[in-house]
Amino acid sequence: MTRFWTRLIVVLTVILGVNYVAWRWMASLNWEAWWIAVPLVIAETYSLIDVMLFGLTVWNIKFRKPPPPPPADATVDVFITTYNEPLDLVMTTALAAKEIRWPHSTWILDDGDRPEMRELAESNGIGYVTRGADWTPDMPRHAKAGNLNNALMLTSGEYLLILDADQIPEPDILDKTLGYFNDDKVALVQTPQYFINVPADDPLGSQAPLFYGPIQQGKDGWNAAFFCGSNAILRREALMQLGLVGYVKATEKSVRRALAASRTAIKKARRSPEAENPLVEQMLNEVEAATESAQKELEAGASLSEITYRVRRQVDDAVRTLVAADFSALQSDLEEIAAMELAHVGESGVTTVATDAVDRMSGRDWSPLGALESVHAVLDAISVERTDEAQPIMPLATISVTEDMATAMRLHGLGWKSVYHHEILANGLAPEDIKTMLTQRLRWAQGTMQVLLRENPLVQRRLTWGQRLMYFSTMWTYLSGFAAVVYFAAPIIYLTLGILPVNSISSDFFIRFIPFMVVNQLLFLVAGHGIPTWRGQQYSLALFPTWIKACTTAARNVWFGRPLGFAVTPKARQSGGPSWSLIRPQIIVAVLLAVALVVGLIRLLAGMSEPLGTLVNVAWVAFDLVVLSVLVKAVLYKGFVPEVVGPERPEERNADAV
Amino acid sequence: MQFSYEVNDSYAEVKSVGRLNMVAAPKLREVVAEVVAGGSSRVVVNLAETDFMDSSGLGALIGCLKAARQAGGDLRIAGVQPQVKMVLELTNMDRVLTAYPSAEAAFGDD
Repeated sequence: MTRFWTRLIVVLTVILGVNYVAWRWMASLNWEAWWIAVPLVIAETYSLIDVMLFGLTVWNIKFRKPPPPPPADATVDVFITTYNEPLDLVMTTALAAKEIRWPHSTWILDDGDRPEMRELAESNGIGYVTRGADWTPDMPRHAKAGNLNNALMLTSGEYLLILDADQIPEPDILDKTLGYFNDDKVALVQTPQYFINVPADDPLGSQAPLFYGPIQQGKDGWNAAFFCGSNAILRREALMQLGLVGYVKATEKSVRRALAASRTAIKKARRSPEAENPLVEQMLNEVEAATESAQKELEAGASLSEITYRVRRQVDDAVRTLVAADFSALQSDLEEIAAMELAHVGESGVTTVATDAVDRMSGRDWSPLGALESVHAVLDAISVERTDEAQPIMPLATISVTEDMATAMRLHGLGWKSVYHHEILANGLAPEDIKTMLTQRLRWAQGTMQVLLRENPLVQRRLTWGQRLMYFSTMWTYLSGFAAVVYFAAPIIYLTLGILPVNSISSDFFIRFIPFMVVNQLLFLVAGHGIPTWRGQQYSLALFPTWIKACTTAARNVWFGRPLGFAVTPKARQSGGPSWSLIRPQIIVAVLLAVALVVGLIRLLAGMSEPLGTLVNVAWVAFDLVVLSVLVKAVLYKGFVPEVVGPERPEERNADAV
Repeated sequence: MQFSYEVNDSYAEVKSVGRLNMVAAPKLREVVAEVVAGGSSRVVVNLAETDFMDSSGLGALIGCLKAARQAGGDLRIAGVQPQVKMVLELTNMDRVLTAYPSAEAAFGDD
């Protein structure tokens, strides 16, 4: 029934939204003030697409029934990932994980490599994993994805429950979720992330009831439930498949690149003065022949290991021939010298080159090919060892600082299914200060934008269109920062300068705009079953500097290889007084809005502007200020003070969640 | 790779700087041939600044030894660095070419 009403309102929203925005484009633009008129209509179009994608998400909302009982012999590893969280926080989670009823092994994945952590884990009978010897300092570490990939190679459970260090699991978390894996195609079961240290008014917008609710349920309906990094169960086989596919892809790419580079390197070496040496020329001919035949074999679809092995052997043979030729020339020189000396001294025997010397002198480090350094380096890259990573198999995606979204998208691309299980089965800790909260939001947004720029879901041919749009929808929401700037600027410009981005504010505007606005809010109300979404709406506008920064830093990172300035989210509250400087751009905007309000009223009294336009824009400014007011609360928030905790609390939560 | 030489009263010193490899080997042969043709058949190749030698480099050294002997002189080596020493030992060529600590010491005995 809910589904019917939801769909009806989605249809209404789309009709009324298109009706409004089409009118805006075709009949309402004030071209004389195009510099604000066009950005505003683009921002409104952005918002329409945003709400249409939300509508598409909840169109297929899926309410799952509890899964069947899991196979009794399912084996599970529980991974608790940590980097620098306090030891007692990690241990609280680890000990709770140990108490999970389904048989399992518990592991602390300590990327901080802390001896005290190891000791604590071992004395409590909990497994301890840290990066192995392969993770030398010159290898990329890939943060949490690297931590998990390392642990995957050292453990063996069929399923993996992944928990952040602060996410305390319920004892029945596996009993309630493992059954979904009876479907052989299910690779992932995600449960909500819920935070226990958040007051009812949620000043930092930590809880995400809309996301861990209608949005994930809607995505689930499109078989696109997201992996969110914690409180999720994964099928090892699926991850390994992902790692292998990724390995083959990366290797083929690097072999292709190396073969192409070897052509250039050989060409360059031929032009150098050294190439006049007949030995060098002969060497280059041999190498060229080897790489050319490798290229042909690659096009013909031969296996990478065969191709790379053959190149290496051909080159090695050429090197050996060269070394042997050197030695035989050397030997005949020695014989001539001996013949001369025989005449004077009569000493017997000619020194001969040791027989095993050819092998040693042909080895990688002493090979005469080393003289052609660029050629030598390129040939080294024609390999299947993936020498640029600590381990060849990297199951969790490493293209983004938020490994989870990219991993899930690739799993879906391989035809695996995901499940969203709508029941709180772990209790976590949210940031308790605005600084940490901003760091965390920035990281999520950056990671999401990295995935968009590196693996745009819209062009992933193996995803269904529903899946592509579900991924794209989440990425689209992170572009809201640019629209927010326009939404703040437009009323300020009208109230202070009297410049209106539309032709006129008339009934034409109201009869199109108001029904759209009403049905839009109704959609959130119905789709969300009345869960509070206002906090989320406020933050999506109020954090505009964070969203813009995420977009620009991610673009610079992906296109120009610049660092993101990545930081691990601290779990402990950051000390210090209210940090107003963190929201300086928002304070400036709020001041400008307030000034605009005053100037607008003066202009109205002076008869310089029309009452209706002023009224609409004053209302708009008031809305903007209410949106931004959430940040005052956030900056002044002094951290969570638990209310008197009664025994009824857990029930309250569970009832709320299901 | 760079070669330079200096002729004094009793011998000529050829300095070899850098990597004595396939590319450098022919140059060494040329330089020594030039020195010998100039009348100095007692040659010291100073390898103090040669950190690497491959089979072609070794072949050139022996070729130069032959040229020096044919001219009635000798070729000796000095200032051998670890990698070059390993190559000489590995190929038995340490029995043909004695490594002297310095260019002065190479012809010190005669």
